[in-house]
Amino acid sequence: MAITTAPRPASVSFTRQPESLWRQTTRAFFRQRSAVIGLTIIIALVLIALFAPLIAPYAPTQVLIGVENVQKRAAPCIHIFGCPTDQPQHIMGTDGNVRDQFSRIVYGARVSLYIGFITVGFAIVIGILLGAVAGYVGGWFDNLIMRILDVLLAFPSLLLAIAIVSVLGPGLTNAMLAIAIVSIPAYARVMRASVLSVKEEEYTLAARTVGVSPMQILFRHIIPNAISPLIVQATLGIGTAILETAALSFLGLGAQPPTPEWGSMLSAERNQVFSAPHLVFLPGLAIMINVLGFNLLGDGLRDALDPRLRR
Amino acid sequence: MPWVRFTQLRKGHMGQYIFRRIVASLPVLVGVVLVTFALARLIPGGPCVAMLGEKATQAACARFDHDKGFDRPIPVQLAFYIRDVVTGDLGTSIRFNRTVTQLIVERLPLTVELGLIALVLATLIGIPAGILSAIRRNSAIDVATMIGANIGVSMPVFWLGLMLAYVFALVLKGTPFALPPSGRLSSGIASIPFYQMYGWTFTKGTFADGTAQFFANLYIFNAIITFQWNVLGDALKHLILPSVALATIPMAIIARMTRASMLDVLGRDYVRTARAKGLASLRVIMAHAFRNALLPIATIIGLQLGGVFSGAVLTETIFGLAGVGRLLTEAITARDYPVIQGFTLVIAFCYVAVNLIVDLSYAFFDPRIRFE
Repeated sequence: MAITTAPRPASVSFTRQPESLWRQTTRAFFRQRSAVIGLTIIIALVLIALFAPLIAPYAPTQVLIGVENVQKRAAPCIHIFGCPTDQPQHIMGTDGNVRDQFSRIVYGARVSLYIGFITVGFAIVIGILLGAVAGYVGGWFDNLIMRILDVLLAFPSLLLAIAIVSVLGPGLTNAMLAIAIVSIPAYARVMRASVLSVKEEEYTLAARTVGVSPMQILFRHIIPNAISPLIVQATLGIGTAILETAALSFLGLGAQPPTPEWGSMLSAERNQVFSAPHLVFLPGLAIMINVLGFNLLGDGLRDALDPRLRR
Repeated sequence: MPWVRFTQLRKGHMGQYIFRRIVASLPVLVGVVLVTFALARLIPGGPCVAMLGEKATQAACARFDHDKGFDRPIPVQLAFYIRDVVTGDLGTSIRFNRTVTQLIVERLPLTVELGLIALVLATLIGIPAGILSAIRRNSAIDVATMIGANIGVSMPVFWLGLMLAYVFALVLKGTPFALPPSGRLSSGIASIPFYQMYGWTFTKGTFADGTAQFFANLYIFNAIITFQWNVLGDALKHLILPSVALATIPMAIIARMTRASMLDVLGRDYVRTARAKGLASLRVIMAHAFRNALLPIATIIGLQLGGVFSGAVLTETIFGLAGVGRLLTEAITARDYPVIQGFTLVIAFCYVAVNLIVDLSYAFFDPRIRFE
């Protein structure tokens, strides 16, 4: 049986009440510059996604032929940087279908965050259930679940996702489903390990002693107490999910035109990389900044939640 | 697992450990075979519609199903499938009208070369960068490396590849730094297979023939053993951009892991002792700290293989390289399911095998693991 100790405050002082765990974690988090940068990026992206109609000068799918005098794949035209004012302003140029690239990138933030949250949300719910039940029930059931997950882990993730999409058929929803399935084993394993330790805690034993039903023990006592290691995993997972869904879209298996998804925008113009590099550069940069935000945030959370790393 | 317990009699013996690990990976391999078997049978409308198209008539489908054995009971199909896999028969590609095994012999060598070069590059740059970061903690070098590593893990491989192609093939065109953005060899340069050069002949279709072709298709290996230096140089030049693109993410991950692992070890008592007894700084870092920090680093390098396989799909697509990754995406577009099935199987088998080798190498370097 594990020996339980209450979390020790970072600085023991006799005159002041010890800080709560929550406040300690928050302080540890905000002490890290990279974590704050990550959080700032995510907040900015969420704001861009929420206020996309106010920020974007055009609709993301609006074709500007006959609307404005603008060529397809036009270079960026920014008035304050010397672009003639009689030309319509397109700060990121136009794409191969004469749509405003900036508007599409702005709306792309919505698609990207949607992909990240929904994919990881789905994977984590299934992962928690599988991992928790396997860890709690144990025995042959645990063995069976874990062996199935081992098989999923035997495939390189993107490859398995490709194979799943090839069965389900291309499309954003199927691509997201594939990425979610591929990422379930990681969550389930973390959850299982966490449940195995919480299962031995005294409060679980106490609940069992007073006759709480196994289901209630699992959902009211074990899962809520075992979930915190998953927070970090999920934050980092959002970045990975966005990256891998973009890769599927790049291969033509994910988001289909005219959806303003960064991976498919990049893919559509990839043969024009030599003539119109901005159409490839900017969506890719957007993906990178987005993923970077979640990675920095995840790393920051891990360091803040890990008492060993707290100074 | 009782069958594993049976072999635990002589704990800690390397041979016994190898046996135990191989036996433990068998269920995974069986699972991999089952998954690939299920793939073709889960396609909506069945494999017939997938291959002959939506307009296939009932009669055509019935004939197709009968020819391919899809009208038999599932357990019988599974038995035949397992027999085929064991005997190395992975079916025939619809699109190329060649056996999948043949396609693998042609296409896998490129992916192996690309992946290995990328992994070596990632290790050779990632480890020193991580060590330097750790010993000069919080210095400008450390901050720069970690910013670089964070950006590296966040970059889409396909984007980096296209940007590298843009810079090195267009912007630097005409300078000595220009690099070819596509293909394996320049036009006019041909790789002569070693068996042709040395006058060896094999019976077509035999295992020896396939193996010889496989090694001849490893252009770099083939060029070295046949002294075709111009081919070697050209092949390497063509692989620089793709392997750099492919190496970036593993490099960043390896650098981060090396730094974290070194920082952990550098704070240990035995390192302080080594310093206190006056050993040279470099010796302490390499012989005392790095050797002990190596295990987690080796683990993370092993884990990068999956990423490299996945990344190869994207890199090969961008750089017009005819490896397994690109063939796989082509097969998906053409719904060439024997190829999808066969390649997924082969890559998963390679992945399991390599992970097994990595696991065994830990036990070799760290005897404690054998006793776990």
